[in-house]
Formats: sequence, C-alpha cells, structure tokens
Amino acid sequence: MLPLDAALFLSAILFVIGAAGVVVRRNAIVLFMCVELMLNAANLAFVSLSPYAGIDGQVIVFFVIAVAAAEAAVGLAIIISVFRHAESVDIRNFSLLRW
Amino acid sequence: MILRAQEAVEAAEIAGEFEPILLGLIVLLPLLGFVINGAASVFAARSHRGRPFAAAGHHDPSEEEAHAADHDEHPATYADQDAGGVPWTHRLPSFVAPGVMILAFLLALANFLGMVGAELQGPIVQRYWSWIPVGDLQIDAALQLDQLSMLMTLVVTGVGALIHLFSVGYMSHDPGYPRYMAYLNLFVFFMLVLVLGASFPLMFVGWEGVGLCSYLLIGFWFAEKANADAGKKAFIVNRIGDFGFLIGMMLIFVHLSSLTYTEVFERAPQLEYAGPVVTAICLFLFLGAAGKSAQIPLHVWLPDAMAGPTPVSALIHAATMVTAGVYLVVRSSTLFAMAPAASLVVALIGALTALFAATIGLKQWDIKKVLAYSTVSQLGFMFAAVGMGAYVAGVFHLMTHAFFKACLFLGSGAIIHAMHQALHATHSQADAQDMRNMGGLRRFMPITFATMAVATLAIAGVPPFAGFFSKDEIVGAAWIGSAGELPLSQASLLGVSGATWMGLIAILLSLAALMTAFYMGRLMLYTFFGPNRTGDEERRHLHEVGWTMSVPLIVLGLLSVVGGFFNVDSHIPVVNLFSPLAIGGDAGLHEWLHPVITGAEGVWAANTVAIAEVHHAAWPILLAILIGIAGLALAWLILKPETLGTPTETPAYKGDLERALYNKWYVDELYQKVVVRPVWGLSRAFYSIVDRGTIDGIIDGVVGRGAMLLGMAAGRVQTGQVNTYAFVIIIGVIVVLGAFVSLQ
Repeated sequence: MLPLDAALFLSAILFVIGAAGVVVRRNAIVLFMCVELMLNAANLAFVSLSPYAGIDGQVIVFFVIAVAAAEAAVGLAIIISVFRHAESVDIRNFSLLRW
Repeated sequence: MILRAQEAVEAAEIAGEFEPILLGLIVLLPLLGFVINGAASVFAARSHRGRPFAAAGHHDPSEEEAHAADHDEHPATYADQDAGGVPWTHRLPSFVAPGVMILAFLLALANFLGMVGAELQGPIVQRYWSWIPVGDLQIDAALQLDQLSMLMTLVVTGVGALIHLFSVGYMSHDPGYPRYMAYLNLFVFFMLVLVLGASFPLMFVGWEGVGLCSYLLIGFWFAEKANADAGKKAFIVNRIGDFGFLIGMMLIFVHLSSLTYTEVFERAPQLEYAGPVVTAICLFLFLGAAGKSAQIPLHVWLPDAMAGPTPVSALIHAATMVTAGVYLVVRSSTLFAMAPAASLVVALIGALTALFAATIGLKQWDIKKVLAYSTVSQLGFMFAAVGMGAYVAGVFHLMTHAFFKACLFLGSGAIIHAMHQALHATHSQADAQDMRNMGGLRRFMPITFATMAVATLAIAGVPPFAGFFSKDEIVGAAWIGSAGELPLSQASLLGVSGATWMGLIAILLSLAALMTAFYMGRLMLYTFFGPNRTGDEERRHLHEVGWTMSVPLIVLGLLSVVGGFFNVDSHIPVVNLFSPLAIGGDAGLHEWLHPVITGAEGVWAANTVAIAEVHHAAWPILLAILIGIAGLALAWLILKPETLGTPTETPAYKGDLERALYNKWYVDELYQKVVVRPVWGLSRAFYSIVDRGTIDGIIDGVVGRGAMLLGMAAGRVQTGQVNTYAFVIIIGVIVVLGAFVSLQ
C-alpha cells in the first residue's frame, strides 16, 4: 500500500498542473481537460484520505464525478456553439460580454 | 321642507329650544352637485375627445382668431354646429347645479325660521368626528351655527342659487359647461365650510378651498394665456394673505392653546388688552383678510379676476368669497376689540382702499373692471366699518352689497352676453365688454336696464334702496366715532387719537361714496343711454336675455330694494322715516347679530370708559343722501354719452390724471418693479450661481465625474479573458488559505 504522503503529493502535483494549464493555455478544449485534471486531483485526495476520515470522502468523489460530467456536457455545448460562431476555440474570442 | 320648518318653529315655540335641521346636509348638497357635475364633465371630455366641440375649455381655432381681442366671453361652439341635439352631459348640470343650491337654500331657510322662533343659548356646535387630535391640539370636524354663520349661509346659498340659475342661461353653450358647474358647486361647498366651520383650521380649509375654486374659475378659459395668468395672480397674491392667516392662527394657539371659536373667544380676554400679542394676532389675521378681500396692498388680483365668466365674478368676486375677510374680522370681533390699534389699522386700510379703488373706477372702460373696482371699494367700506367696531354695520353692508353687486354683475353679464351674440353674428372683432361699444341698450334690454338701475341707486346710497341704509350706517358710525362716541374713539394709533382717525375715515368714505355714485352713473349712462354704438348690422341682433338670466336679475333687483329694511333703526333721525317698512323689527339685524358681538362688547366694557349716550345727528344722514344724489347728478350733467364714440374714435384717456386713473395708478407696474422683478432677479441669481454653479457644479464635477473615472479605471480589471479570472481566483485562494494557515 502506498504511503499517504505519496498519494497527497501526487494529488497536489496534478492540481498544480491543472491550475497552471487553466491560466496559461488558450485552447478551450485544453482548458477543459485541465479543469478535469484539477477535479480528479481533488478526487484523489478525497479517496486517499478516506481510510482515516471515514466513508464520506468516497461518497463525495461520486458527486464530483457526476458534477464534472454535467459540467463537461454543458461546457462542450458552449464551446461548440462558440466554434460555430467564431470558427475557432481560442479562449481569447470569448470576451464579448466585456465592458 | 317648508312644512318641516314650520313644524320646527312650532316645536321650538313650545320647547323654547332650537335643534338645527340637517345642518351637515346644507354643506354636503353642493358637494354632491360637484361630484355629479364633475362626473358629467369627465364623461363629456371623454366622449367628445377629438371632435371640434370636444376638448372642454378649448375653442375652435376660427373662434379664437375672431375674438382674440375679447378677454371674456366665448359663446357657443357647438350651438353653431349642426350636431344633433345637446348631449346629456350638458343637460344634466342645468338641473343638478341649481337644484342642489335651491335645496341647500331651502334647508338653510328652514333652519333660519327655526332659529327665529327659538331662544338660542349661545352658538350650536355640531361635532362630527375628531379631525386633528395631536397632543394639546384637538380639532374636531364640527360645524357651528349661530346668528352670523346663519346669515352668511343664507346669503351664500340664496345668492348662490340665483347665480347658478343665471349660469344655466349664460354658460350652457360653453363646451366646458359641466366642468364650470362642478367648480361652482365645489366653490359653494368650500364657502359653506368657511362660514359654518367651528374652528380656525376648518375655516382655513374653506378659505383655501374657495381660493382654489376661484383660481380654477378665473382661469376657466385657460386656452388664453391672459386668463390663466389672472388665475395664477389671484392664487399667488392670496398666498401672501394666507401666510398671515396661518401665522395669526399659530399665535392664537400658542397663547390661548385652542383654535376652536368658543374656547378662543372665551379665553381671549385673558390676554393683555392692547398688548403686543393680541395686536400681532389681529394684524396677521387682517393680512389674511386683506388678501382674500382685496384690500390695499393686496387688491391687485381682484380686477384681473374678471377674466373669469361673469357669473363667477358675481358669485365669488363680489357676493361671497371676497367678503370672507369681513366675516373673519367679525367672527374674531372679540380679538379685534382687544386690539384697538390693530382695529384702527383695519378701518384706515379699509377707508383708503374704498377711496383708492373708487378713483380707479372713474376711468375704466371695461364694464366689468368698473364693477371690480367698485367691489374693492365697497369691501373697503365694510372693513372700515368692522375696523371701527361697527361690526353689524359691516355685515349689513356685506349683505346688501351681495344683493346689489351680484345684480350689477349679472346685469353686466347679460349685457356682455347680448353684445357678444350681436358681435358674433357679424363676426365683428369689437370688444363686447368695452362701454364705448355699447350705448342705448335700455331700448333692447329693458329688464336688465330696470334691475341694474335699481341696483345702481342702491349702491349710490339713494334712499330707500338697500345701499343707503348700510353705507349710511358705516359713514354714520365714522362720524359718531369722530365725536368720541365709539369705544374705539378712545384708542390711539401712532399717537393720534381714534376719534381723529375716524374723522379722517369719515371724510375718506364720503369722498369714496361720491365717486361711487359718479362712476356708477357713468356706467349706466354709457351703457344704457345715448345712441347705440354697436353698429348697424349688429344692432339687429341685440336681444333681451332668456328667463334663466332675467329671473335672478329681477329677484336680486327686488332684494336691492328691500334689503335695507332688515335693519332700520328708529333711533336714527331721517332713517326712522322708513320705520314702518322695517322687516324683522326695529334695527332687526342689530338685534339678530347682537349675540355674536357680545364678546367684543364685554371687552370694551372692561377696558374703556363707558359712553353715556350716542347722539345720532341728522346731518350725516342728509349729507350721505346728498352725496349719493350729487354723484349721480354730476355724472348726468358732466358726461355726454351722445358725444362718446367707439374705442377707435374715443381715446381711453386724455391728460396725465386720466392716464394714471386708466392705468390703475400704476400699482401693477410698481409691484412689477418692486416685487416681481427683484424676486425674478434673485431667482435667476440663485438659479445660475447657487443651483447651477455651486450645487450642480459639485454634483456634476466632483461626485459625477469622480464616479465615472473610478468606474472606467475599475473597468480595466475586467479583461474578458477566462485565464485572467482563473489566475485571480487562484491567487485569491492562495491568499485566503495562507492567511488561514498562518493565523492558526
């Protein structure tokens, strides 16, 4: 069995990669993948802590997976409609509602 | 109704007590009329919207042009059209408006008959509900019926009913007829609240209400700017007076801690006699009275008020509303008796106004303007009377003046109506109100001529007509006072004794009476005598007016004859020749009103040296008769209506004196320079410097611009880039978490 430290360390690394991707990348699809990465990093932390903190963490993980699926569905739909409009999924096009 | 009254009389004779019959209904009937006519007016405006007859108060454009020179009459727009019949909205008010007035008058008459037969122990106060209960200030919605309010109610409803009837003939062709009748009913309602209210605030409600109706009716033909301006002028000048009324009322409450009549007049003698408090109260109340009753210096609005329909001038600006100031002084007679100096001011202002307005009346060509200045002058007589403490004489003149001046105004209305129809028939643009366009009308309008002639004799003071008794009593009181035989003769103002002042007042009033007779003679000569100047074609269209208009004229003419007999005092030489004709016993009105002025008499008895006996001499009476006849005779001898031409042929004035008279002594111009322009200048200065410069400057420059700059700066943060937002969120989370960890 892996030590807890290692699991949490991996979770932190995945989260930082995801966050950095959200800040740095411009492609909307990639942005989404980074968000998924962050969500799953959190899932990993929940799961690895559950032997110590009880079954709640594992339950939460399922909720997160469900919400992530819904978010992906809605988000991809938005991306598709933006693509139809702008012929591109570059996130810099997504600024119509600015002042 | 009459039967009930008789029952009440009989019941009262048995019981010796008097219960008012449906007192509240007298007040509410005109209000009911207002509601019905108002509804009709709304319907009329809706159902005729867009059609030429429609738009109540507007005239069709061709009419407007044709009569641009006129400032009064606008007959018939729909009567000329072939529109099928009169709409119900124009039929209904003809019955409702005079109907409620006649009912109210009958009710008032029933109450009066009941009162005559009974011993009245003090005023009857009928309380309806608690109106303003605030701490010490407890004001009830209550009506007070006593001899004074009874008399005023009779005058208001009686003369009012006649004028409503006259209005049916005069106004029924006007597009705004239902609206007119609604306003007129509303006016009577407020006037009744004014005279019947049992406290100063309730009187103030009526006071403001009649002011409102006056404004609405002066500006009735508001499509012409001059009329609307006249309404505004009346309203604004009255506000000055109302300010005085309010201050007076507040002072009364501060010092006597009540505003109900019965309590105020009971406590009034507690104040210091002739002290500063009661003098201030009376002077402020008089400011209010001067505003409403058009006394110097607030007289300027009344002549302009003639812009309204003529029956309005008769009802509001001659018979009832403008006498409210006199009513106020008589109602507060206990207070005014406490303040002899203030009373002398009232008398002096009244006498000055009487003379001043009479001089202007000498040289006006507009028939209604002559009567307007005559009204101002006669109101001056009334104030002179009540100021000298001759309260009954003032009320007496108020009553007779209501009769003969209403008759004169309605007569002038009939003339204008006939003139307008004649001029309208040929589309002439001549002024229907200018006496230079009239002349010789007695052949065409015999009833109008007869009634106006009677009223003229009455106002000139020719015995035995009404004005002789009342005006003579006022001037007689002044002569008696100058002999030191009135309580106020002992007072002093500016170091001069009351007796001396009253001598001056007697001279001023005598001169005013002479001029009154002269200008009334002039009015009659120029309108009814000499050749007709209307024009050949127009002359064929001159007709006597219909019965709705002539009946009120005849009734008022009769009242102008007999009105004086209500108060024939057998103690006065010459006057006592008419004692056999006296109505209501010897000095009937004096007896009747005596309970109202006992408060004032009590004050005099406590504070002045008793006067042993009042000597009534014969010479003031003979002088008054001489003056009245001399004025008329002078007019007859000097003025030659035969040589008078139309306005184009005869200039309005010759020489400087006539010009000053024609221009009303330039009082309006003076006020324009001294009051209006400085206020305008000040307003402009405040507008540009304080409002636009300072306040707007700060708001626009500092607050507004600052907020805009801040917004623009802060707006830069919103880049529209998701990455930036995510970055900011992450930074925020790290900061919060860091703070969380480091604080633990």
